[in-house]
Amino acid sequence: MSSIPTETVQPGRASLLYDPKIRGYVYQLALLAVVAFLIWSAASNAIENLRAQKIASGFGFWHNAAGFDVNQKLIPFSASGSTYGQAFYVGLLNTLLVASIGIVLSTFLGFFVGVARLSPNWVLSKLAMIYVEVIRNLPLLLQLFFWYNAVLKPLPDARNSIALPGNIFLNNRGLIMPNPQFGPAFQAVVIAFFLAAAAAVVFYIWSKKQQERTGKQYPNGLITLALIIGLPLIVYFFAGQPLSFDLPQQGRFNLTGGLQIYPEFVALLIGLTTYTAGFIAEVVRAGILAVSRGQTEAANALGLRAGPTLKLVVIPQAMRVIIPPLTSNYLNLTKNSSLAVAIGYPDLVQVFTGTVLNQTGQAVEVVAITMAVYLTISLVTSLFMNIYNKRMALVER
Amino acid sequence: MTDATLENSPYAFVRRETLQQEAAPLSVAGPIAWIRANLFSGPVNSLMTLVCLYIVVTSVPDLVRFYFIDAVWSGTNRDACLADKVGRPVGACWAYIADRFQYFVYGSYPVAQRWRVDIVFVMFALGIIWLLWERVPLKKVGFFFFFVLLPISAYILLLGGANAEGFLRWLIIITVALMALYLVLSFAPALARFWIGPAFLAVEETLPPWKRFYRPKRLVLLSLVVFGLMAILADTAGLPRVDTGLWGGMTVTFLIAAVGIVFSLPLGVVLALGRRSRLPIIQLLSVIFIEFVRGVPLITVLFMANTMLPLFVPQEYSPDRLLRPLVGVALFAAAYMAEVIRGGLQAIPKGQYEGAMSLGLGYGSMMRLIILPQALRIVIPGIVNTFIGLFKDTTLVTIVGIFDFLRTIEATLVDPTWATPTTRATGYAFAAMFYFLCCWGMSRYSISVEKRLAAGQKR
Repeated sequence: MSSIPTETVQPGRASLLYDPKIRGYVYQLALLAVVAFLIWSAASNAIENLRAQKIASGFGFWHNAAGFDVNQKLIPFSASGSTYGQAFYVGLLNTLLVASIGIVLSTFLGFFVGVARLSPNWVLSKLAMIYVEVIRNLPLLLQLFFWYNAVLKPLPDARNSIALPGNIFLNNRGLIMPNPQFGPAFQAVVIAFFLAAAAAVVFYIWSKKQQERTGKQYPNGLITLALIIGLPLIVYFFAGQPLSFDLPQQGRFNLTGGLQIYPEFVALLIGLTTYTAGFIAEVVRAGILAVSRGQTEAANALGLRAGPTLKLVVIPQAMRVIIPPLTSNYLNLTKNSSLAVAIGYPDLVQVFTGTVLNQTGQAVEVVAITMAVYLTISLVTSLFMNIYNKRMALVER
Repeated sequence: MTDATLENSPYAFVRRETLQQEAAPLSVAGPIAWIRANLFSGPVNSLMTLVCLYIVVTSVPDLVRFYFIDAVWSGTNRDACLADKVGRPVGACWAYIADRFQYFVYGSYPVAQRWRVDIVFVMFALGIIWLLWERVPLKKVGFFFFFVLLPISAYILLLGGANAEGFLRWLIIITVALMALYLVLSFAPALARFWIGPAFLAVEETLPPWKRFYRPKRLVLLSLVVFGLMAILADTAGLPRVDTGLWGGMTVTFLIAAVGIVFSLPLGVVLALGRRSRLPIIQLLSVIFIEFVRGVPLITVLFMANTMLPLFVPQEYSPDRLLRPLVGVALFAAAYMAEVIRGGLQAIPKGQYEGAMSLGLGYGSMMRLIILPQALRIVIPGIVNTFIGLFKDTTLVTIVGIFDFLRTIEATLVDPTWATPTTRATGYAFAAMFYFLCCWGMSRYSISVEKRLAAGQKR
């Protein structure tokens, strides 16, 4: 054949305008330029404005005297001798305290309500449904106002405290309970507790191995409970009961002594717990529903009763579905604890972004630090939950 | 045969003797059997039922008595709701809600100007019905109305003043110009070739000229009608400026929610596309923005908007007090919206992308025509959930000093005119009803949409 065309077809050289690679670079450069310009202009405006308002910048305020007091504090803090930096730690610890207790309580309540919604008991499941619907459709702030202003504030004043059994008093300044005083010998009890915990872990591993080898089951839960409660108790009595209580005294006008739990803390804790539990309940319900019915039937066919079916077959599979949204609910609870500012619980936002910001006027630094703290908490929590999630995830080939 | 029977019982798995015959069950159907099966099937179950019944019996009658039977329905001041003045136990003080209702809706908006807020409310309701009710036609016009016309008119109507009227004049001029342009284009196809692609034009050219460019013309006409009506209003009744400091109540709550929705949806789409983009810098910036905003509480974002936004712009452009939280809420909602939409984008099978590319569509057309419509449809429930969260979160602007609905309730509670022991419980109940109805309505709507969409997927 002689009619083969001699000229080969040139690959179409489109204009540079249509090259996706070039276009990508151009778009990205343009975006970078815009972002850089925004940051630059914001920064230069901020410097200009701060100079005009005569506000110092930088973190020099950290060591200045604070000059205000905080009612609930886990570390020593006083109006006279403490600095803004210490105020930050007071707020941070209060945030962590309410968030960690809230996470534990809302997990229990949420699991209970979530399982209750699926219960064959008609009354129970309907009550659980009403709880979830009401709680989830009302703003958290309204619920906090309700708990603080409508439930805890109208309690009687200190003089007319409601006396509960066990020397506990309830009034509009909070819950006043006996304050435990630890003697020096109490250390032994603490050590005994940790020893018991270690022994429980060892026993758990041993019993698991035994079960795998012989099929014999041991009452793990009971033995763990007995170890953890029994051993410290025995040591406690041998050490001569090194624990005494500072009892609150009902005076004529006031209550003195005792451990005071502030109503702001209680309101925030109740609000966060019930609110988050509503969401966790739905997560749990979705997780359990995601386990196919055949799994329950198969467990029943093997002769497992309802309890072990739930514990050994359904819940472990449901956990895979539950954990990721559960994580985000924990994070939401932690972030929502910042609503404390509305009812005056001295958390990080109330103490630092509220009081310290007002006193120093250093908005940029204070808001940036607060945001960094919450970001760190979020990232660390999701990191740990991701590790746990990976361990629990279905291993597929 | 080694059947397990009584004969070979030593080797069988079965019982060796027959069981005693049990008495016939009393009933297997009917209410008594249902109660036995569902409420008292075992000791734990019975206990649960009794506890639940106890809770219901101790709480519900009291609530009914407080909020209905003993409630006060009319009166002009606190005397109507004081037990010793009335001479009977007093429950909820609904008279206080009735008296303060205007304040809850409008805040401190001047009484003479409240018709403007009413018009915006009516337009808002119209837009909502247009978009959400399936049977209403012209959905695209509805989108335009809700996402473009409504925000502009709300801005002009609510704020008023010389600036707004000047803006309105400009808008009318632009709309008339667009109208003229479309008229010319529809009669001169050659001109239109510059305006839209020749491929689309081929379809259009088969139509008579007055039917060409039908849709854009509809939008322009609608905007002309809306702006014209507003201009007439401004001319006859006047639109004096009402400062945002006077706005309050449900108006502000709905305003923040609407602004959050209107801005967070497109911004969320952009961020989600950015996060899925293959261009590293765009992806990185989107990820940083989304993770940063989602990792901090809304309150800190609001504080940042409130205290830092004025620092970041030149003194003379310092943003309005109401505008700052609006920006904060919109950015915050956008980050959450982006994650929801990303979920939808990830759910689209790869074949859809490849199909679009094989048709020769570019990135923009592929996303606009093929991917986003499907992705958004999948995540409608997620989007509505975000809206519900956003609506509940609007209450947080209270903390930075904006008079939203919840704040107006709080403000009336300390007002001595109506301060009675039961006012607080009434006010919170009213607020709860308002938020519950809005949020619950939204969630019902999302469930109905979910069902409607699932109908096509049923096997």
